[in-house]
Amino acid sequence: MSKPFLSIERLTQKFPDGQGGTLTVFENATFGIEKGEFVCILGHSGCGKSTIMNILAGLAEPTSGVVKMDGYEVSGPSLDRGVVFQNYSLLPWLSALKNVTFGVKAREPGWSKAKVEEHARQYLAMVGLEGDVVYRKPSQLSGGMRQRVSIARAFANHPKLLLLDEPFGALDALTRGTIQDELLKIWSGTGQTVFMITHDIDEAILLADRILLMTNGPFARVAESVEITIPRPRSRTEIVEHPNYYAIRNHLVQFLGQRSKELAGQKSDSTELRPDTVRIDHTDAEAVENPETSPRLRAVNE
Amino acid sequence: MFDNLTVNQRAALLSVAMLVVGLLIWEAAIPAQKAAGELTEYERLTGGGAPKAGVPPPSDVLTKAWEQLSNPFYDAGPNDKGIGIQIGYSIYRVLTGYFMAALVAIPLGFLIGMSQVAYKAFNPFIQVLRPISPLAWMPLALFVIQDSEASAIFVIFICSIWPMLINTAFGVAGVRQDWVNVARTHELGAFRTAFTVILPAAAPTIITGMRISIGIAWLVIVAAEMLVGGTGIGYYVWNEWNNLDLTSVIFSILMIGVVGMLLDSAFGFLQRAVAYAE
Ligand SMILES: Nc1ncnc2c1ncn2[C@@H]1O[C@H](COP(=O)(O)OP(=O)(O)OP(=O)(O)O)[C@@H](O)[C@H]1O
Ligand SMILES: [Mg+2]
Repeated sequence: MSKPFLSIERLTQKFPDGQGGTLTVFENATFGIEKGEFVCILGHSGCGKSTIMNILAGLAEPTSGVVKMDGYEVSGPSLDRGVVFQNYSLLPWLSALKNVTFGVKAREPGWSKAKVEEHARQYLAMVGLEGDVVYRKPSQLSGGMRQRVSIARAFANHPKLLLLDEPFGALDALTRGTIQDELLKIWSGTGQTVFMITHDIDEAILLADRILLMTNGPFARVAESVEITIPRPRSRTEIVEHPNYYAIRNHLVQFLGQRSKELAGQKSDSTELRPDTVRIDHTDAEAVENPETSPRLRAVNE
Repeated sequence: MFDNLTVNQRAALLSVAMLVVGLLIWEAAIPAQKAAGELTEYERLTGGGAPKAGVPPPSDVLTKAWEQLSNPFYDAGPNDKGIGIQIGYSIYRVLTGYFMAALVAIPLGFLIGMSQVAYKAFNPFIQVLRPISPLAWMPLALFVIQDSEASAIFVIFICSIWPMLINTAFGVAGVRQDWVNVARTHELGAFRTAFTVILPAAAPTIITGMRISIGIAWLVIVAAEMLVGGTGIGYYVWNEWNNLDLTSVIFSILMIGVVGMLLDSAFGFLQRAVAYAE
């Protein structure tokens, strides 16, 4: 097995639990992400998704274990890993444009002012922000606009890996749809790798190549890796007609509703806990099986 | 009758009305000096005939103000300088001491705000030194510095430093971790993070500290100049009191208020310039 682009090896995170003991959020989590892949991670609140993301970003140190990108160990944040924070994290004293040029200047210190600005404007236009809006401060923008500025800031830097922490959590369904489409458009044009946290199953199916499922904490596990066997380009209205859509959806709902609890808190002796790969494909006639009758359907260890 | 005026217009009318009524009451409350012919023998013998140093009416103060402000920069010897010169000396001392304090307080406040260790190490000194009345430093300053001018500036320095230091540390420590993380994910170095993220984020709190400091410095300079003498608006007030020229005393009190207000509104303007909404 060759090393994937991003490899997470035996990652363990413990925190003091506030009563003198320790809280093990997850232990020996091991998984990989291929170059150019779009991976979503689903799991209940508090299972440790943000903790994993902060470690991947280099903003937090794990208790033990390593993260390797392109073969090099991740230590500290880097411009190669762009982060879209859950709460946007725009700098409120800068205009939308300045928030993006802030990032571009850091990435390309040698560029002229005009070039930096042009580049920033291009990415703002890509997320649909043009004209006078770019001179507004974040407080004068709607939630969706702020989100788009934050996405533009991350994308303008061409990071090899994009880390998105519930980027659409606070948006209404309509804006969410538009930005999802924009995100897909940008991603498909650049070949970047995306790791995204979400709470929305349909969003994950629409966007991801693969969905990682986490059990509840403590001792949470990345238990399954579900392939989304729906060809691209996908459109919101058409994917629901695809024969695999409801099978995958039911599998995810069933995991989050039931098995995430059943599998929770199982302390394992294994030093490498890898997710089981799950492939559900009803388009292939021979593979038609009912996911309800065989929940571990075609689950193959890597 | 006032129904179609804005709130500001009504407030302005009320202010003017209060001023006029106040001045009228003041004017009416001053007893007229008795003419010499009406004095009794006894009064004449006990010196009652000499013009009595009473509180002057506002009309006198206004005349004085006009006189002084039409020629604010005359210089007729050490004890007779125009109000503009006196205020100029005071502002010079305040600004010198104040900016020296800012040069120390803001970088030090940054350090204290950024580092838990520095905060804990400096805190006991700050807590002991801060409540000391700035004028209590005066004898020590005069003895060590041996120069009254520099001692006054030192007193301004020591009184301005605390609000700036504490507010800078507080503002820097309170910068949201999210914003610092933005700097970190963009691989900004310590200096660029300090100048492009922490400074603008903490600026409103820092400027608030600077505004409090300039207010205190202006309060303290009057007292300091009364002590060290020579020049300045504080010295002027005290000198006119020694001359029993109460008209000048009242006029200079008003001038102290006006200059203080101008200094404060300059910082108010600065505060609005760096403010941001989250
Ligand atoms: N700095 C910390 N100190 C102690 N415990 C922490 C710390 N950060 C996170 N935790 C704990 O780790 C667990 C996982 O937190 P995390 O923020 O990763 O959850 P999450 O999966 O992102 O949840 P959500 O979906 O609600 O955002 C939680 O139980 C939380 O209480
Ligand atoms: Mg989270």
